[in-house]
Amino acid sequence: MEVSAEAKRIMVVALGKLYSSRTQRGGVRLHRSLLLTLVMKSARDIYHAAQTAAESAAAVCEQHTEMETCAEPSGGQELQSPSSVAAGRTETSPHLLPGDADSHSGADKENTCPFGPAQHTRKRRGKATAEPDFIPCKKAKLECGISPQQLHVSSVLDYVKCGELGPPIPLQTVIAAC
Amino acid sequence: NRAVFFAGPGGGSSDVQWYFSQVKGAMDDDVAEADIISTVEFNHSGELLATGDKGGRVVIFQQEPESKNQAQCRGEYNVYSTFQSHEPEFDYLKSLEIEEKINKIRWLPQKNAAQFLLSTNDKTIKLWKISERDKRAEGYNLKEEDGRYRDPNSVTTLRVPVLRPMDLMVEASPRRVFANAHTYHINSISVNSDHETYLSADDLRINLWHLEITDRSFNIVDIKPANMEELTEVITAAEFHPNQCNTFVYSSSKGTIRLCDMRASALCDRHTKLFEEPEDPNNRSFFSEIISSISDVKFSHSGRYMMTRDYLSVKVWDLNMETRPVETYQVHEYLRSKLCSLYENDCIFDKFECCWNGNDSVVMTGSYNNFFRMFDRGYRQDMTFEASRENSKPQSVLKPRKVSTGGKRKKDEISVDSLDFNKKILHTAWHPLDNIIAVATINNLYIFENKMN
Repeated sequence: MEVSAEAKRIMVVALGKLYSSRTQRGGVRLHRSLLLTLVMKSARDIYHAAQTAAESAAAVCEQHTEMETCAEPSGGQELQSPSSVAAGRTETSPHLLPGDADSHSGADKENTCPFGPAQHTRKRRGKATAEPDFIPCKKAKLECGISPQQLHVSSVLDYVKCGELGPPIPLQTVIAAC
Repeated sequence: NRAVFFAGPGGGSSDVQWYFSQVKGAMDDDVAEADIISTVEFNHSGELLATGDKGGRVVIFQQEPESKNQAQCRGEYNVYSTFQSHEPEFDYLKSLEIEEKINKIRWLPQKNAAQFLLSTNDKTIKLWKISERDKRAEGYNLKEEDGRYRDPNSVTTLRVPVLRPMDLMVEASPRRVFANAHTYHINSISVNSDHETYLSADDLRINLWHLEITDRSFNIVDIKPANMEELTEVITAAEFHPNQCNTFVYSSSKGTIRLCDMRASALCDRHTKLFEEPEDPNNRSFFSEIISSISDVKFSHSGRYMMTRDYLSVKVWDLNMETRPVETYQVHEYLRSKLCSLYENDCIFDKFECCWNGNDSVVMTGSYNNFFRMFDRGYRQDMTFEASRENSKPQSVLKPRKVSTGGKRKKDEISVDSLDFNKKILHTAWHPLDNIIAVATINNLYIFENKMN
């Protein structure tokens, strides 16, 4: 389990670096944020692989993808409102704390975008100041079958964009291992 | 005219040695953040050497003419001009401070008595004119010497003002300010061989400017995805081809280089060539993406090759072959097993630059512990030297250094764990016509030269 311990540490360090980069002079650096996101994704993939290999819980993880609180609208399905998304995630947030090594149910909770929706509910942004490019996507990225990697990029870049636009928003939850 | 003088690379060959020449900057241990050197660049003749620092200042050194008495003693570099290029700014819309740190300096080829350079911070590029004034006009008819105007009625005779010599004054004045064209942080500027245009690159876009026109630029590369969540790579460096004014390259955080031809279309989103080496699966780690990110790309003077620097290596590419580099040089392979620590202390994000010597036979790049490395492409030799105060006696020979990687450490070798990762050489420059190199430690500029024994 050394690999998964190392993976978890790498993820936590990445998050710490991303968080502190918000207060860096000169603004959030896109290149650095992207690299940190990629490292987190790598580490998380490896962590998951190690977990599922160790505990043969592949079936459990699949069940949990259906419990997604964030859903990409497809075929005309309505978006969940931000408040319900936030509510859904708040319930799951205790599972997302690192160090909670036993809970499998958290395995796919991290596929709910912890950064994006949380920040959407807190964000107040006038239309005048927001360019279309910078409006964080209010949709979760995860579709069935799409690898979770996009979600991490999305959540971090939402985080990045928030840094560019408004005052820092405190980190709510941590992308973490189960 | 300086004789073109390309001896061997030095170090390995017994004929040629590298010597300490000068060191610039404060030599005390307390480093002010503003004094951190952020860019180093020789001009096209090598007579001028510019540095930019984190405090937004540019310092230009000029080489003294060769002394006629000492045939092989090249002139010293002394301060020629110092000016504040950029100031900190505040973007009120985004609530962001814009750093004054000079990211890059690029010289324009000299057209007249004055010198011109482009300097850039994260958001704004400026064209500076550096000119000399060594004469003053005296004997005006309508003004006194102190500048007060004379009463016209008191003027009874007319005289022609004469030019009298004065102490040399070097003036730097901003001639153009190219602003508001970059949403992201500018990482590169490059002057075109047409001497009329230049490019500036940020994380996602490259713009083409005309040196005379500041109120608009053309966007020639845009890799920003429609949906930022789909972002997978950023632009890390860009450069114009040294003699084909329609060609430029840009490197990415994914380790690829794209060569673009501006004749193909107005927006060069589709590359003409894509240079990419498949990753060695044996080397795969958590940090593979970080260390494959290219931090610098430089064309050879000939224009036939280009060189890229990633975290652990320098690669030379033949522009005619896209599938893999023709040469790969390991800068500090012993760090591969330390990547996790380097990630935690942030060193893995360091952006090292690289440079060619005048005839493209040697490439050079920096490392940690104030080491810098030279790779001789012809002789297949590599050398490691250290820029340190201990080696700062005039004309002292640079001893080659070695990092011990195995169990046994030989005398004079340094072990990987003893390396000082706070002492990093990110910026190096090689005189375009001579064997003089400028190596920047955190806040000092070392000048070394080599000569035949």
